[in-house]
Amino acid sequence: MNSMPKLILTGARVAFAAAIVATAAAPFLFSANHVVLLTEFMSMLVLAIMWNLLAGYADIVTVGQHAYVGVGAYAFFGFAALWGLNPYLSIPLAGGVALVIAVPTMLLVFRLRTAYLAIGTWVIAELLMLAAGKLSAWGGGSGTSVPISIVLSFGRVRADRLAAIYWLAFGLTAVAMLATYFLLRSRIGVGLTAMRDNEEGAAAIGVNITHARILCFLGTAPFLGMAGAIITLQKLRVAPPASFSIIDWTVFIIFNVVIGGIGSFEGPIIGTIIYFVLRQYLSGLGAWNLILLGSFSIVVILIEKRGLWGLVRRLLSDDLIPIAHKPSAKFAPGAKAE
Amino acid sequence: MASLWINQLLQGILLGGLYALFATGLSLAAGVMRFINIAHGDFIVLTCYVLLVLTTTLGLNPVVATLIVLPAAFLFGFGLQRFLLQRVVGENVLLVILVTFGLSIIIENGLLEGFGADPQKISGGWLETATVALGAGVNVGLFQVLTFIAAVLLVAALDLLLYRTGIGAKIRAVSDDVAAADLIGLSSVRLYAIAMGISFVTIGIAAGFMSIWTNFDPASGPTRLLIAFEVVVMGGLGSLWGSLAGGIVLGVAQSIGGQFDIAWQTMAGHIVFLIVLALRPQGLFPKY
Repeated sequence: MNSMPKLILTGARVAFAAAIVATAAAPFLFSANHVVLLTEFMSMLVLAIMWNLLAGYADIVTVGQHAYVGVGAYAFFGFAALWGLNPYLSIPLAGGVALVIAVPTMLLVFRLRTAYLAIGTWVIAELLMLAAGKLSAWGGGSGTSVPISIVLSFGRVRADRLAAIYWLAFGLTAVAMLATYFLLRSRIGVGLTAMRDNEEGAAAIGVNITHARILCFLGTAPFLGMAGAIITLQKLRVAPPASFSIIDWTVFIIFNVVIGGIGSFEGPIIGTIIYFVLRQYLSGLGAWNLILLGSFSIVVILIEKRGLWGLVRRLLSDDLIPIAHKPSAKFAPGAKAE
Repeated sequence: MASLWINQLLQGILLGGLYALFATGLSLAAGVMRFINIAHGDFIVLTCYVLLVLTTTLGLNPVVATLIVLPAAFLFGFGLQRFLLQRVVGENVLLVILVTFGLSIIIENGLLEGFGADPQKISGGWLETATVALGAGVNVGLFQVLTFIAAVLLVAALDLLLYRTGIGAKIRAVSDDVAAADLIGLSSVRLYAIAMGISFVTIGIAAGFMSIWTNFDPASGPTRLLIAFEVVVMGGLGSLWGSLAGGIVLGVAQSIGGQFDIAWQTMAGHIVFLIVLALRPQGLFPKY
């Protein structure tokens, strides 16, 4: 065995574990500004993980992911600000509303083949955004601010509040990662991975792709909705163009996942990190920011369709987070019984 | 009161002509190559800006400018398919979707950098203001009528091209079965590029009419894509005459919806599309 790649892999795993520990304790370790940035990072990461699960594994390329973020934002505002429910409880409820919206959406767009489905989801997102602009209690087309009382319920001191919202985002990200990990390790996940690698081969050995696709489509909606609720706590405002922003919640997410590596567990994480690093340097560039990211993602697709992680992975002996089941020597044909 | 509704209905039908122009190129590309060019709407808007530059800086007549643009559009579409999209066409449509999606964002932001966010329009002169009186207080714009006629002619021409010419037969063969077509010596790579070239000619024609009909700005592309997409799905995938019918359905829905409230104009279109998708997923005039 070549020991160098193994060393790099071990180093990367140690760094990943250290990052988990550091981010879990972020409010104790970092300044308020960094906690705000990390909260945003975690929210974007959840969206990236969900888009990757759909597009990278379940063959559901959606361009309408911002629909559920917006629905989550509006539902959260409705529960917490209009009906006065507990703000913490309002977050999972917002996820529930996103799930309720996802069911009829699925029934409609699953009638379309992949290429068409992408734009079908976009039409529905567009319709939901226009409908949100008609809700006068939510401020109509211009939107409205989250009441101070709700903001204060997350902590009366700014540092406490930022920490509370950060941990909500961190918790959602952790649950999203664990859920994706166990899903991909499960029988359904193995089927999805087989499907990703070879559609006809997977169908030939009897992978039931329909069930897996339904599960993924409905499973991602509550996460997107809850992310929308947490994003609302950061922006402190709901408004149709911002809460349903295709640029923020779909375009950037797609670029991040494509650049990081679509169809891998590591891809969304790497892509989101790269995005936040690049953003520090590109934010002054205005529209050039998106032109560069768009060009970069096209170049990445042309060179390695599995993204930057796909390039790095060629040098490594295993994934950073081992998803694939390894054929055990014990059951390998011709292996001696112990 | 009745004349008001008849007027709206007529405007809607004529608007359907413009929408059919948006859709025919998308329908052709989707029917032949089985993928949807997400940047379709942005390419229409990009061409509108090319026409704007040609008419304002060179002082060309809009009709002349459009005629100059069409051959260039064919070559551009041919090259785009041959040198970029062909590299990601394959067993999975994911990569094509992502590449055209990237192109869409690049075009929108490139136009924003180059021209700013202000809405633009090309003046059609007397053509734009002339009206045709149909009696009983119903008037329609001459330009709108011409657009509708252009849409009918374009659909008829593409129909002839695909079903009555040698190149059309080859394109249909590649569309039906790429592997079999390649096996009998047709070059699917070249035919795909030709189909995309033709799709871009329709983009040029659509831009010519759209740039005079409405305002456009760098962010206008996605709306045009969604319209074209809804028209294609409602008409029946790959059905050219269906696109004309789908365009009319969408145009009428928007025109009637707009009678109530400006926000309802777009919403009514989307809702009618979803109803058609729910009740008749194969479209109004399915080809297959």
